[in-house]
Amino acid sequence: MKSLARRALRHPSFVVGASLSLLLAVAALLSLVWAPYPPAEIDIPSKLQAPSAAHWLGTDSLGRDIASQLLVGAQNSIVVGVVAVGIGLVVGVALGCLASAKRGWVEELVMRASDFTFAFPALLSAIMLTAIYGPGLLMSIVAIGIFNIPVFARITRGAANAVWARDYITAARAAGKGPLAITWDHVLPNIASQLIVQATISFATAILAEAALSYLGLGTQPPQPSWGRMLNEAQTLMFQAPMLAVYPGVAIVLSVLGLNLMGDGLRDLMDPKLARKR
Amino acid sequence: MGPFLFKRFATLLITLAVASAVVFAVLELLPGNAAEVILGDTATPESLAALQAKLGLDRPAFTRYADWVTGLLRGDTARSISYDTPTAELIAERLQVTLPLAVLAMGLTMALALGLGLYAASRHNKLGDVGVMAASQIGIAIPNFWFAILLILLFAVHLQWVSAGGFPGWLKDDGGGLWEGIKALILPAIALALVQAAILARVTRSAVLDVMREDFVRTARAKGLSRRQALWRHVLRNAMIPVLTVSGLQFANLITGTIVVENVFVLPGIGRLVFQAISNRDLLVVRDVVMLLAAVVVIVNFVVDVLYAVVDPRLRHA
Repeated sequence: MKSLARRALRHPSFVVGASLSLLLAVAALLSLVWAPYPPAEIDIPSKLQAPSAAHWLGTDSLGRDIASQLLVGAQNSIVVGVVAVGIGLVVGVALGCLASAKRGWVEELVMRASDFTFAFPALLSAIMLTAIYGPGLLMSIVAIGIFNIPVFARITRGAANAVWARDYITAARAAGKGPLAITWDHVLPNIASQLIVQATISFATAILAEAALSYLGLGTQPPQPSWGRMLNEAQTLMFQAPMLAVYPGVAIVLSVLGLNLMGDGLRDLMDPKLARKR
Repeated sequence: MGPFLFKRFATLLITLAVASAVVFAVLELLPGNAAEVILGDTATPESLAALQAKLGLDRPAFTRYADWVTGLLRGDTARSISYDTPTAELIAERLQVTLPLAVLAMGLTMALALGLGLYAASRHNKLGDVGVMAASQIGIAIPNFWFAILLILLFAVHLQWVSAGGFPGWLKDDGGGLWEGIKALILPAIALALVQAAILARVTRSAVLDVMREDFVRTARAKGLSRRQALWRHVLRNAMIPVLTVSGLQFANLITGTIVVENVFVLPGIGRLVFQAISNRDLLVVRDVVMLLAAVVVIVNFVVDVLYAVVDPRLRHA
């Protein structure tokens, strides 16, 4: 374990990725207790100000502080990422383990169902859901979560099948353990590292998807700040205040880049064979 | 090839049937019914009943589903509530923008990805390779709609070379033309292609590197082929399999990306149509557009599977 930590600190993309991800988490946590201004506070006299000591990144067309909105917007990205990936992880891993433990028609059914779910990217599900229930954070989380289910189901099944073929599983069965106990005691611990890597990368994808949905007005609704919607609002002011369209994008890119790099780094660290091959 | 095609085609049909059932169920059965959604909470019972009769909602669900599917297959669709035009006509009109945009973006993606991927593989672990890989890592993290906004900032706001959005049409009579049309689609296509190409360039690079380690490439080099000849004759064809797989999977991203980017550039395509339909509560248009897009994703995956079998004969018998 000590050597893993040491190797992690020497892995450049892991270090960069983990630092950026940590920055995102710290920003979100900090914004729970402190932000320079209340993010939704409208202050028309000081609208569209350039960056200054009072407003680090300036203000938008309603005089709201950009830096505060960015900070609080981080909460939004994290909530969507955690819940949407959580849905995919819990349901997908359960289905994948079931497919792998039962094989036969159960496996076939689960796999065909996941193939099928890929026909509905998060945006399409979100369009259907918002057409009926109206836009909102919940709808975007559900849409992104649904799309994550087959992603995790496939990875789990592939990795779990490899574990089920091992000798120690045969030994466990001979000792009288049932499929549920084997899945819990042997399969899950052995596929955990692959799931962690996938969860990191899916987290990044979820942030991108949430930003797109909010940009289109299908996701987070005012007054809750979100990076996607900040970009939507900024687009109408591109001639007066072009930088407003830059900051939220930079925040999205840094978060996604951080999570992706951390995912790549984790993969290398947890699977040294793969790392040497590359 | 016969049995493989047959099996794959049967899967395609089943998937389409299930997809249509899901779209129908979500948009027509779950929330009371379409008439209530369209009219909102304030509707009188009379107007509700009138709209239900107009939409045929008084008939059993299965009959409506069957009518919808046969209508789609014959191109004889329901009339949009807000436009009072058959949805098929609306969709066909909007496809004149969306389809060329998707094709242009896919072409750009392939050109960029293959070029960069091959270049990186040929410079393996040298500066060029590291540079391409770092750039692609950033490219993957950039949301396409933000890149689209940045392109507008640079080319429309700052340099003022192009207009910030809109579409002049393909016909001279409408004030547009072939060149004007393409010009309006170039920036959106670049915005779409960047992210896709970033992913695909990585796949191309690692696929080419994998194949270059194979024995048959060493044999080809041993019998006197130059590096370049071996690359073109033996490596590329074999490296195309993973590249095809990923570009097939990415097609769904391209479709959803098109919807988003059309909204950034205010292009009158399918993406704008479906968003206007959502704000107009025009559920029939939403239903048919979503079905079309899901069908496209499913069919493209089918085509990719068949293409594999053409590229790699081993897969036909798998």
